[in-house]
Amino acid sequence: MADLGAFRSEATAWLRAHVPPALLGTRKGAFDGYWGGRGGAPTDDERRWLDLALSRGWTAPTWPTRYGGGGLDPAEGRELRAAMRELSVPPPLVGFGLTMIGPTLLDFGSDAQKAEHLPPIVRGEIRWCQGYSEPDAGSDLAGLKTRAIPDGDDFIVNGQKVWTSYADASDWIFCLVRTNPDVKKQAGITFLLIDMASPGVQARRIQLISGASPFCEVFLEDVRVPRAHVVGEVDGGWTVGKALLLYERSMIGEAIAGQLAGAEASLVALAKDHLGERDGRIDDPAVREAIARNSMGETAHRLTVARVAQEATAGKPSAASSVLKVAGSELKQRRWDLAARVAGPQALGWEGPGFSDDELAATRSWLRSRANTIEGGTSEIQLNILAKRVLGLPT
Amino acid sequence: MSAPSPSSTALTRRLTRDEDETFLAEEAARFVRENSPVERVRTLRDRRDETGWSRDLWATLAELGWTALTTAPEDGGAGLGLFGASLLLEEAGRRLMPEPLVPSFAALEVLQRCVAGSARGRLVRRIIEGEAVVALALDEPRGRWDYGAPATVAASAATGWTLRGTKSQVREGHVADVLLVSATTPDGFGLFEVPWDASGLQRERQTRIDGRGAALITLDHVEVGPRALLAKGPDARRALREGLDRATILLASEMLGGAAQAFADTLVYLKEREQFGVPIGSFQALQHRAARVFMKVEMARSAVVAAARAADDPGAPADEVARMASLAKAVVGEAYLHAAGEGIQMHGGVGVTDEYDIGLHLKRARCAEATWGDGVWHRRRWARLGGY
Repeated sequence: MADLGAFRSEATAWLRAHVPPALLGTRKGAFDGYWGGRGGAPTDDERRWLDLALSRGWTAPTWPTRYGGGGLDPAEGRELRAAMRELSVPPPLVGFGLTMIGPTLLDFGSDAQKAEHLPPIVRGEIRWCQGYSEPDAGSDLAGLKTRAIPDGDDFIVNGQKVWTSYADASDWIFCLVRTNPDVKKQAGITFLLIDMASPGVQARRIQLISGASPFCEVFLEDVRVPRAHVVGEVDGGWTVGKALLLYERSMIGEAIAGQLAGAEASLVALAKDHLGERDGRIDDPAVREAIARNSMGETAHRLTVARVAQEATAGKPSAASSVLKVAGSELKQRRWDLAARVAGPQALGWEGPGFSDDELAATRSWLRSRANTIEGGTSEIQLNILAKRVLGLPT
Repeated sequence: MSAPSPSSTALTRRLTRDEDETFLAEEAARFVRENSPVERVRTLRDRRDETGWSRDLWATLAELGWTALTTAPEDGGAGLGLFGASLLLEEAGRRLMPEPLVPSFAALEVLQRCVAGSARGRLVRRIIEGEAVVALALDEPRGRWDYGAPATVAASAATGWTLRGTKSQVREGHVADVLLVSATTPDGFGLFEVPWDASGLQRERQTRIDGRGAALITLDHVEVGPRALLAKGPDARRALREGLDRATILLASEMLGGAAQAFADTLVYLKEREQFGVPIGSFQALQHRAARVFMKVEMARSAVVAAARAADDPGAPADEVARMASLAKAVVGEAYLHAAGEGIQMHGGVGVTDEYDIGLHLKRARCAEATWGDGVWHRRRWARLGGY
């Protein structure tokens, strides 16, 4: 532990000395930062911070140095993240390359695939999106129908993906496709990497009840993809795809934990503002109790994130990450529900005069939060996984 | 004005067990498993055992040093902190072990925070050597868990003090050798040492749903000497609160073990019991209920572990320990009641029979929930300490 302490102080000192001052204290969450990609337009400070981080491999601190990572062990990686949180420094680079496809390629990719894809991810040159769900394959993901048919050294891909976050801004997409329709559905799936610039790929935004459009539909029409872009075996994609889902769940759980960190203080401020104070306390015991209950849940959740991270051997997410996703997404919904309840009529504004920016943003967040228990695997699917894989209940 | 969120520091502390702690936990598990099967709870209850637990086993616990886990080495203890004791209490909670572990550790915490001078060393030694049961006599018939202004009064007398009042549900009060009695003196709060055979002291055994012994204690002009006043004033009140916060974390550890075992029992039943020709654990309606219990128990574990670590951190301010104690107690209280209640539902009819352990856990969960502050009380305190 002494070495870790030394590592932490060195990291903190370096961050203090190097991170552009304008960025210190501006951290919002694990996913608030520069997303990279061919179309990425970082601010000057973001660019400078990214280059500095790259000089130490700190966009992907625990990846091997030969791919541009930092070569840190998991414990050092945690210390570095903690140091960044402590100084409230935004991550130098965010995105699904770092959190989902990268770790999956490290586990399942060929040497050539790692060499081709990992360095551009580390450097923020290529932005990735996730082509999993389809209109008829949501919770029943293995029922997906997007077809990939061999043609010489290539596959020809036809089908449609949906709920693809930020597909319109992404350069590459990792997809689950059907290569064999005549076997048990899980056994005929292949994990395929597709360049979004390929002819026949089209992304279209979906408008949500919150007014935002983070999700897209992706249409694939006679898209030619080299066989070299298959990760793992042809027809062996379900294993790879499921492993990636573990990374996704733990990423969502952690991201939510980060977003919840300031929830208590902001709810308290909101409640004092809208409901009044008496002797410095919120003048409504029911709301006080509700905020305390939520805040305790959030604290227990964050502590569980930290405990799971400490317990995970070799930095691999455990099946217990399902606990974090279900609990975290429900806490987030309750937090925004509570905010809407506290703001009362002021939570009804969509736009225009009479509503503050904070109130409008909170209302949008309340609407957005309904998706939290659906995206990344519904709570019900997560509970199925918990019951079967963690608790060993029979099917 | 608002206290910093306790979790920011708590996150950086170790939330897992090191090698020694793992070994200690395994030893504790083995000891409790071999010496205290759950069946004892029924046996002792059904024969209306006067003590409610085994003096022999208690002596063995003391001999092996289990009672001295939290006591500092200079006071003759093992110095393993609250975390060390939490490992034993979790196992005790799993098997509903009736020996007075939590009450004794609680008395030790209060003595160590509240009391200076020779009385402290003397009482600490007697507790950890298994020589005396020392009971906290704080609860009163109409009190609720704010122990700062007792209805019991102490008037100064020629020979010392005269105590008048009633203490209710004094855990282990029916067998205690010494009672630590809170009372209001003319100068405010006071904590008194009262021997069980003091004249004017009456104790009646109370029977509670969890089978653990307690007493209704009537103090009718009980006369004690001047040195019986162990601590007084606002400092004593604050120190008592600090001691109780630490005791609460230990109680939460015991509750965590109970919650984990109630769930483990349920899980076994879900896999064994068949209806419609299949194990009932294959039904999604029950799988989801079970998964949600698991979630609550896991979240509670994080809170309890973090609270014990905070209490053992000499750099943690009392307010942080207080907030963590409230967090642990509120979260584990809900988890234990949930695990027991859901456990009964998933057991079906046999769940409400005395034959199955799950009902014993429900009773214990309710008793523990209503000890040293329930969820509502602790959430209120959490909010107050957080500046709202």
